[in-house]
Amino acid sequence: MQDWRRNSGFFASLAVPPVAWLLLLFLVPLGGVWLLSFGQNTGLTEITVTGTLANYQRALEPLYLEIMLKSLWIAGATTMICLIAGFPVALAIVFAPPRAKTWLLLLVMLPFWTNLLIRTYALIAVLRTNGFLNAGLGWLWDGLSGLLALLGLGSLAPFQPLHLLYTDFAVVFGLVYVHLPFMVLPLYAALERIDRSLIEASLDLGAGHLRTLAYVVCPLALPGIISGVIVTMVPALGAYLAPDLLGGPSSQLIANVIERQFKRANDWPFGAALSFLLMYATFIALFVRAAVARSRGGGGAAL
Amino acid sequence: MTQPIIQPIIQIESVTKRFGPVLAVDDATLAILPGEFFALLGPSGCGKTTLLRMIAGFEAPTEGRILIDGQDMSRVPPNKRPINMVFQSYAVFPHMSVLDNVSYGLKMAGVAAAERRDRAERALEQVKLAGFGTRTPDQLSGGQRQRVALARALVNQPKVLLLDEPLSALDAKLREAMRFELAQLQDDVGITFVMVTHDQDEALAMACRAAVMNRGLLAQTGTPAELYEFPANRFVADFLGSVNLFEGRLAVDEPHRAVVESAQAGCPIYLDHGVTGATGATVWAAVRPEKIELHKRADERPPAIEDVPSGYNVARGTIRTVSYLGSESIYLVTLETGHEVRVTRPNLTRWDQEDFTWDEPVWLAWHHESVIVLQA
Amino acid sequence: MKPMVEPLDYLRRGWMRLWLGVVFLFLYAPLLALVAFSFNDSKRNIVWKGFTLKYYQKAWENSGLVEAFGNSLAIAFVATVVSVVLGGMAALLLWRFRFPAKSVLSGLFGLPIVVPEICMGVAMLTFFVKIGWPADLPWPLNLGAVTMAHISFCFPFVAIVVGARLVSFNPEMEEAARDLGASDWDVLRDILVPHMKPALIAGALLAFTLSLDDFVITFFTSGPNTVTFPVKVYSMVRFALTPAVNAASTVLMAITILLTVLALRAQRGLQSSAQAH
Repeated sequence: MQDWRRNSGFFASLAVPPVAWLLLLFLVPLGGVWLLSFGQNTGLTEITVTGTLANYQRALEPLYLEIMLKSLWIAGATTMICLIAGFPVALAIVFAPPRAKTWLLLLVMLPFWTNLLIRTYALIAVLRTNGFLNAGLGWLWDGLSGLLALLGLGSLAPFQPLHLLYTDFAVVFGLVYVHLPFMVLPLYAALERIDRSLIEASLDLGAGHLRTLAYVVCPLALPGIISGVIVTMVPALGAYLAPDLLGGPSSQLIANVIERQFKRANDWPFGAALSFLLMYATFIALFVRAAVARSRGGGGAAL
Repeated sequence: MTQPIIQPIIQIESVTKRFGPVLAVDDATLAILPGEFFALLGPSGCGKTTLLRMIAGFEAPTEGRILIDGQDMSRVPPNKRPINMVFQSYAVFPHMSVLDNVSYGLKMAGVAAAERRDRAERALEQVKLAGFGTRTPDQLSGGQRQRVALARALVNQPKVLLLDEPLSALDAKLREAMRFELAQLQDDVGITFVMVTHDQDEALAMACRAAVMNRGLLAQTGTPAELYEFPANRFVADFLGSVNLFEGRLAVDEPHRAVVESAQAGCPIYLDHGVTGATGATVWAAVRPEKIELHKRADERPPAIEDVPSGYNVARGTIRTVSYLGSESIYLVTLETGHEVRVTRPNLTRWDQEDFTWDEPVWLAWHHESVIVLQA
Repeated sequence: MKPMVEPLDYLRRGWMRLWLGVVFLFLYAPLLALVAFSFNDSKRNIVWKGFTLKYYQKAWENSGLVEAFGNSLAIAFVATVVSVVLGGMAALLLWRFRFPAKSVLSGLFGLPIVVPEICMGVAMLTFFVKIGWPADLPWPLNLGAVTMAHISFCFPFVAIVVGARLVSFNPEMEEAARDLGASDWDVLRDILVPHMKPALIAGALLAFTLSLDDFVITFFTSGPNTVTFPVKVYSMVRFALTPAVNAASTVLMAITILLTVLALRAQRGLQSSAQAH
């Protein structure tokens, strides 16, 4: 690595374009939103930045506080389900033979690369009242009913399709569906780094698989687990499409409220304040992740 | 030090290099002569690579200056210096053909394409890689890649060729063969070679002269024989080959006679010349293992040490270990004083007539000319 | 007797296979169903009525959809080219030089990746309204705002991919080139860019996919005349669920999968060439 002063011409020609782009077309727009969050509407399209905190105060009103808490709760539930579903998958991939490993990783990553909108849209057909999930459940129900009749135990009432779409369940289902790869990849990276012989030593010393997981694998993979939790939680917290397409009127999350302020209610300062509350939450989460990575010697920083 | 009659090709003048608090090279002054094969020798971290990289221009001296062919190099970047380097990893560009690699320097110098090709092909011939021009580096063995790196440097006809641990990445057999080949190549092209190595055998075998470095300091500069037979201090004596050191007191120091009294040796050690040290000072008498003789009986006085005054340079001990190495055997002998001494004997015949073996009491004797008195 | 399952061969265990099966069914069944029913000769998605391509034809005849697809490709193409240049420069800058506030800058370059999409969307919306970006430029200049927004979140990804590649660069290669007389620009052209090439290709494919896929940020930056493919599909989904949407989605998915496979090929080339040293 070279000190920039020793080669300032080359340094400048490399630095100026990306830094200028980042500044003008990312930081300035973001800073603009931050300023807006301290402004108020003074006309139909006029906004004056007055330094008011009214927008933030309004965000703390029970109506919006409830939405924020609900966003946190839904993102948290999504993350937990992803962790529980994803951990065995990551474990299986780590210890899979090389060829199978490549294929399993590809299988995990492929939906990750598929269009978010399409993936969310695909779930509508799964979740709606006459969708695949209800069809599958109905088939199981009928089978069970037939089995009971065969055994002479009478039959069940006809299957009533569940109302799944446009509920909180659908939102969590959609968020888990979309974010599972976010969880599996950091878990995989963390587990991959664990020295195999440590696990073998634990088995050799008489611990079973579950106790080895509890006392050896999980503590060693903890930075990766925390990293996975955060990289799943952050986008889930700011998710827009899943609640928009799959949620009902009562399952609107913070991103939907922000969208409404900008696209429909036309209350930009309030939307800006909500955006920045979401940003602060994101920064806190990323700060925690960085702190964990640092204190644990940089484990699991890979996305 | 003898004053060089010819102008040195490289002059290193009081060069110091610090990396933050770390002193990598400490006030080094050195002159390398045109046409020499010069080795910078020392253990890892001694500063030899830093010194080489300062000659190449990849590091700048903190103090002092480096002259190449009389020109101060302080403000000359590496791409403008009249030297080329063979890197430890060879650094053969993986995305270029062998010919493109070799002609890269000529291309940078603005040499016309036809001439580039011509000269590159001749350089490849020189390193015995004629006909390899169209290959890519991943089709070459490690040894061949090294030859490409050599040709790539030599084709520019540099005033000095720098080699950073040139043989360390090769396997043992190839390394041995390349020693002779590199020395031969240097003889053919007549360019000054400066090589960095941590391998004393390599330096002794190839170099005309070598500088031994230790912890940033130049410990000694000289021909391989000078360094081996007349080490300036314990570090050099120990670093080149192995040595037996007897710590003691300089008891007598006269123009034609000196005596070291050492509790470790168990006998006074005699030399037939003075050592110009302070009488009574702590010194170390150094004797190489191959210069000590083993005897079964005390009264058997071998012709080799007949002119040593009686009672000197003879110690008594017991053989602890024998290592048979084929061409020679190494005996570790514990003296009556408890000090351990290493003796090597060539296996001149198939069966050792004297058959020294484990736990056998023996007498050790050495000639006074084999002793070096070290004061540091 | 069955051969013993090695203790760490988790993939051979029944419960693990069941778990993986359920997870991958969960991940793939909805997408496969979507693809399958784009060929179904029925308006109601649930029952298979026979193979047809008529919904592909319908999608093709939907001029709004085709136009949106053209917009998406144009935006993705320009965004990719600019992102590769900017991302490559950013990666080189951070890898090559020591300078004040370097860790701050490297954090800032990563910011577009971590900022919630919705926040970046509203930032771009307010920014382009504030500077009065003209809405009535002729095609393709009218796509400028969306393209610039895409570049802002694409080039940091390229920088990460290229930065990871540069870590494996042997600094002696650069020193060898300089020793042979190369200037900074010669080194960049002859040594560094060839070394970065697989990562630049992988980064380009990544940027193209990200740009093609983005919905949220585009949703905020695009106007009525600059609708991209995902935004168009979104409005169709909101309006009515038709199998034509399935057909269009299948086409986009096929393109994405193709690009992903190409990107992975480039990555694999990257790994094997790293191992060759």
